[in-house]
Amino acid sequence: MFITKYIKDVYKGVRSLLVGMKRTLYYFTHHKEIITQQYPDNRDTLVLPERFKGEVVMPHNENNEHRCTGCQACELACPNGTIKVIFKNELTPEGKKKKAIDKLVYHLELCTMCNLCVEACPSDAIKMAQTFEHSVFDRNELTKILNNPGSKIMEGVE
Amino acid sequence: MWSFSNIANNLHKWLSETFNPTMTLIIEMVLAGVAVIGLFAALGLVLVIMERKVSAWMQIRLGPNRVGPKGMLQSLADTLKLLVKEGLTPNGADKLLFNLAPFVAMIVAMLLMAPIAFAKDFQLWDLNIGVLYVSAISSIMVISILMAGWASNNKYSLMGAMRSGAQIVSYELSAGLSILAVVVMTGSLQVSDIIHSQADGWWIFKGHIPMVVAFITFIIAVTAETNRAPFDLAEAESELTAGFHTEYSGMKFALFFLAEYVNVFIVCAIGATLFLGGWMPFHIGNWTQFNHVMDYIPSSIWFFGKTFFLIFVIMWFRWTFPRLRIDQLLNLEWKYLLPISMINLLIVTAMAILKWHF
Repeated sequence: MFITKYIKDVYKGVRSLLVGMKRTLYYFTHHKEIITQQYPDNRDTLVLPERFKGEVVMPHNENNEHRCTGCQACELACPNGTIKVIFKNELTPEGKKKKAIDKLVYHLELCTMCNLCVEACPSDAIKMAQTFEHSVFDRNELTKILNNPGSKIMEGVE
Repeated sequence: MWSFSNIANNLHKWLSETFNPTMTLIIEMVLAGVAVIGLFAALGLVLVIMERKVSAWMQIRLGPNRVGPKGMLQSLADTLKLLVKEGLTPNGADKLLFNLAPFVAMIVAMLLMAPIAFAKDFQLWDLNIGVLYVSAISSIMVISILMAGWASNNKYSLMGAMRSGAQIVSYELSAGLSILAVVVMTGSLQVSDIIHSQADGWWIFKGHIPMVVAFITFIIAVTAETNRAPFDLAEAESELTAGFHTEYSGMKFALFFLAEYVNVFIVCAIGATLFLGGWMPFHIGNWTQFNHVMDYIPSSIWFFGKTFFLIFVIMWFRWTFPRLRIDQLLNLEWKYLLPISMINLLIVTAMAILKWHF
């Protein structure tokens, strides 16, 4: 029936509008819901969401060891050439040659924080850090070497 | 007791003692003009900061909080910025119309101030067709918008202006019909008569459900008439950059901006006058004590309180609802609001004839 559909339409429309207005009135009267972070003022107490991605870092343990095998999976996964793996050959105690990373170069200025490298890494060598104050005066400072100088691969990571 | 009407009467007495009648009239006209301009400036500042705070709180933000105490001087700083900016006229524009349009918008807003009763016996011009005057003058607003859109020589401006034209022409109807509901009940077009008829109760309470329907239609229609979201198709930032005022800058833009807010104030004042009793205090039947307490609140505070409540409602709409498409906008008017307000007017007329209201 046309007229019942018409009235039903009006009723449903008004009802959904009132639901929306109730929600905004709730926010208007409950200022504790405000999510604005007054950033430079609250630098000390700033709480970032768990999934916030600031830059790629490589965690090292206390013996200056990392988990990177130099498999280049991150370099291949990166859509815009942010990561570059430079190798060196190491001699194992048995006298065999072993491939290891010399430098893992990370171009922060190219990085879009897409997280694909972290997902591609088979040995969990890299992860996303939450630092975000990256501004520098010289852009060369944005090219970072992720492994610490003199670091080696952790025992048992292949 | 201190009141606006006392000040006005004393001033009038003093002026007519000091000057001859013609001079008195001229001086009073100038004073009224200055007062209206002063009110415009104050309204611009207050409503802009109010809008920004309301929008911020509704969107779980903080809003302006740096300039002055709690950010309350933000709109003053913005005005200062707009004042020092260059009012550019584009090369391809129709120079005369382009520069005239913001002033037409302001003049319309000023004319609309005339029949509004701000307090008890405090009104610029209590003409006997006050309501008709308001609905007639407010539709001139569309001319300034069309003028601005056409003269800008810009497709976005023209599209915004055309949409605004279609919108105002159609929503004028249901606004007019819902105003008529009150006029039918009162039997007068004079603003002071309408207010006095509400001494024993505001129309929204006295008129049962049909009056509530008329009030809701009125609020929706005037939201559309003042080109505010969810009916802000005339400027629709995401589609038309800024619609009819795309090419305006500096103070000329500020005049359009001010006219928008002043128009919001005016339509809310009209709504408060027609449905919420203007400066009439809130009375409940025969609770004498309660009514006495209500009478002690000055009439100007009642008027501005009601008006600002309605302004808040319109801002609430703006920051809750998404913008309508042009076809949805016209559907809403021609398929829903207009039939509903016509049937409503019929019911109200029957009520007025049969004396069903209180």
